[in-house]
Amino acid sequence: MDVLRYLIPASLLLGGVGLAAFFWTLRSNQYDDPDGDSRRILTDDYDDKPKG
Amino acid sequence: MAVVEDLPEPPGGVACPACAVTPAAEVLARRERAAREVRIMLSVPEMSSAACISRVERALKAVPGVRTARVNLTMKRASVTADPDMLPETLAAALDGVGFEAHELDPGALAATETDRTGRDLLMRLGVAGFASMNVMLLSISVWSGAEDATRDLFHWISAAIALPAIAFAGQPFFRNAWTALKTRRLNMDVPIVLAILLALGTSLYETSQSGAHAYFDAALTLTFFLLAGRYLDHRTRAVARSAAEELAALEVPRAIRIGPDGAEQTVPLADLAAGDLVLVRPGGRMPVDGVVERGESELDRSLLTGETLPVYAGPGAEVSAGEVNLTGPLTLRATAVGADSSLHALTDLVAVAESGRSNYSSLADRAAALYAPGVHILAGLSFAGWYIGTGDLRTAINIAAAVLIITCPCALGLAVPAVTTAASGRLFRKGLLIKDATALERLAEVDTVVFDKTGTLTAGTPRLDAPESHPTEVLAVARALAEASSHPLSRALVAAAEAAGVAAAPVADIRETPGFGMEARLGDDRIRLGRGDWVGGTQNGAKAATWLKIGADAPHPFTFSDALRPGAAAAVAGFQAQGLAVRLVSGDGRAAVEDLAREVGITDWVAEATPVEKAGIVGDLAGHGRKVLMVGDGLNDTAALSAAHVSISPASALDAARVASDIVLLGTDLSELAPARATAQQAIRRIRENFRIATVYNVIAVPLAVAGLATPLIAALAMSASSITVSLNALRVGARKPRPARSAKEV
Repeated sequence: MDVLRYLIPASLLLGGVGLAAFFWTLRSNQYDDPDGDSRRILTDDYDDKPKG
Repeated sequence: MAVVEDLPEPPGGVACPACAVTPAAEVLARRERAAREVRIMLSVPEMSSAACISRVERALKAVPGVRTARVNLTMKRASVTADPDMLPETLAAALDGVGFEAHELDPGALAATETDRTGRDLLMRLGVAGFASMNVMLLSISVWSGAEDATRDLFHWISAAIALPAIAFAGQPFFRNAWTALKTRRLNMDVPIVLAILLALGTSLYETSQSGAHAYFDAALTLTFFLLAGRYLDHRTRAVARSAAEELAALEVPRAIRIGPDGAEQTVPLADLAAGDLVLVRPGGRMPVDGVVERGESELDRSLLTGETLPVYAGPGAEVSAGEVNLTGPLTLRATAVGADSSLHALTDLVAVAESGRSNYSSLADRAAALYAPGVHILAGLSFAGWYIGTGDLRTAINIAAAVLIITCPCALGLAVPAVTTAASGRLFRKGLLIKDATALERLAEVDTVVFDKTGTLTAGTPRLDAPESHPTEVLAVARALAEASSHPLSRALVAAAEAAGVAAAPVADIRETPGFGMEARLGDDRIRLGRGDWVGGTQNGAKAATWLKIGADAPHPFTFSDALRPGAAAAVAGFQAQGLAVRLVSGDGRAAVEDLAREVGITDWVAEATPVEKAGIVGDLAGHGRKVLMVGDGLNDTAALSAAHVSISPASALDAARVASDIVLLGTDLSELAPARATAQQAIRRIRENFRIATVYNVIAVPLAVAGLATPLIAALAMSASSITVSLNALRVGARKPRPARSAKEV
């Protein structure tokens, strides 16, 4: 059962990374405009040069 | 009454009414110091694709003075920050140029939905509870499948290390609610929840320290997770409704045109007006204040205040009330009462009195909790006492009491109501009905009497020419020629009727409008006039809206009008009657008009010339006789009745005050969705009751096991998850299936 010594922290760490990512999406207002965000990716406004 | 007084104080706004006469430049300067840029919100309802986003943002950024522009496609809004002197009209015009209709929104009225803090907070707690319960469940499964001794203890300790902080964070909404309830010596659903969670954590911690076999960390966490999911659903349904309702309110940006001492016109927020100011109201505009006409002549539409459809003449010296609509000529008013003093506000007292009757409605969930919470506590207490007396072992007794509390915990009950209301509200929202109040659905399902208002509710509020075929073609042609030059509602109805009859305008010359009276022109050598009876020479008979046409020396020719029915009005009345409901019509308009309309839509029970107090009285009387009244109305004269009714609906075209007073707002113009909406509400209530029954069945199976001391954490987890999932799936059926054919009210 020695393998638990690595596996439990590893699984908690991975879960924690997911949780942190979820927090980050919440804090950076990524759920405010789901319709718009899914479509903005289709615009070609800044394809040639980055937004100035 | 957000029209007048719910205005946010402008930054650096006026503290006392008298200060409002200080030069406006000073106020402006102060405001400028407070904010070096302005935020303008625009509603752009026609945006639909990625290309629209770029076009709108590019058009807005191209306007000089705009700093940033960002579109929110979900809300169909654009938010702009710009130099302080930027006018919303400029931006709206820029968008109009690229083909998008835009309306300014009042950012003050939208403040609450700007950032949905509560929703985000709940989501974050839900995320933590979900993460923790998954991890603990993973550890628990290995315990259930046979981990023993040191391994089991290690897993239990790790579970405790995850569960304790996670519940301390995620369970806060429940802890707070339970504490508020206990402080006022009441029991709500959250008290047994908190007790179950705390007892489960406490005994599990103790068991773990004693190397015991049973720990309920996973149960406590799953419980929190499912309950938070219910809370979040509940919150989101309400947030969607609130944001849509706020957007309706924000569309009416409260502004008025003030005429300064030097005669210059200046557009100011309503809050800056004071009694004694001169205010200009253009044709089509709504009176912002109570006042007396100083200059100008026009006709007023009072239908939103009194229900009268007949326009009233207003000239110098006439008194006008806030909320009336100016029809033909520009009017200059001397304000006599503004904001809280105006006649609009006098109605709020009436509304407050009427509302107190409704506030004692207790929702199905509350009633279930009132039965449930004491029952659970007594059951847990009895099993504790029984085991303690029977075995004399405190540890066993506490463990069993904790198991009983966890298994009976209203996890499924917490989901039973929000899951159904979310599905039902979503379904009604797609049909154009906005459920503003959390218990409105339940109340709608109980309704047995419907009271309709006439003007603006059953009727569209736009006149229609009576019997167009009865007028000679040449008369109609002349009338059309005159009417085309005016924006008066009766003129527009004449033009529409002539157009429908295929009558072209006669060639007339020298058209002149005399505001408040009518139109005048020359046809060949004859003078022709179209307008009010007393001006043209006709006599007003009855309460019907009418206009007269006089050609040369001929006798005046009358045109009478009646209010056009709103689409679906007859269908709504027939639908309610088919469901076995009593339908009444209560209107402030004259007898003849009300009687005609009642016959047209098939209502036999009608009341005419009712004042706002009488309307509320009629609704109150019905309620006194035990009837559950649905009031459908739009006017200011309906607000008291809307608040007094068991549940109320107003169309989106209603005044803000009426929309605020009602529980449900009809977003479209079609009334035919009203009767099916009641059927949906009844179906939703049936689902809620079914859900309660499902939750009870699970309890009936699992509770004896728990009381007998046979419940293991595995059984608790199974019972809880299975009942929660069944309840949620049952709720989804409301959104997916067609409602059954309408049943009679008695069956409810």
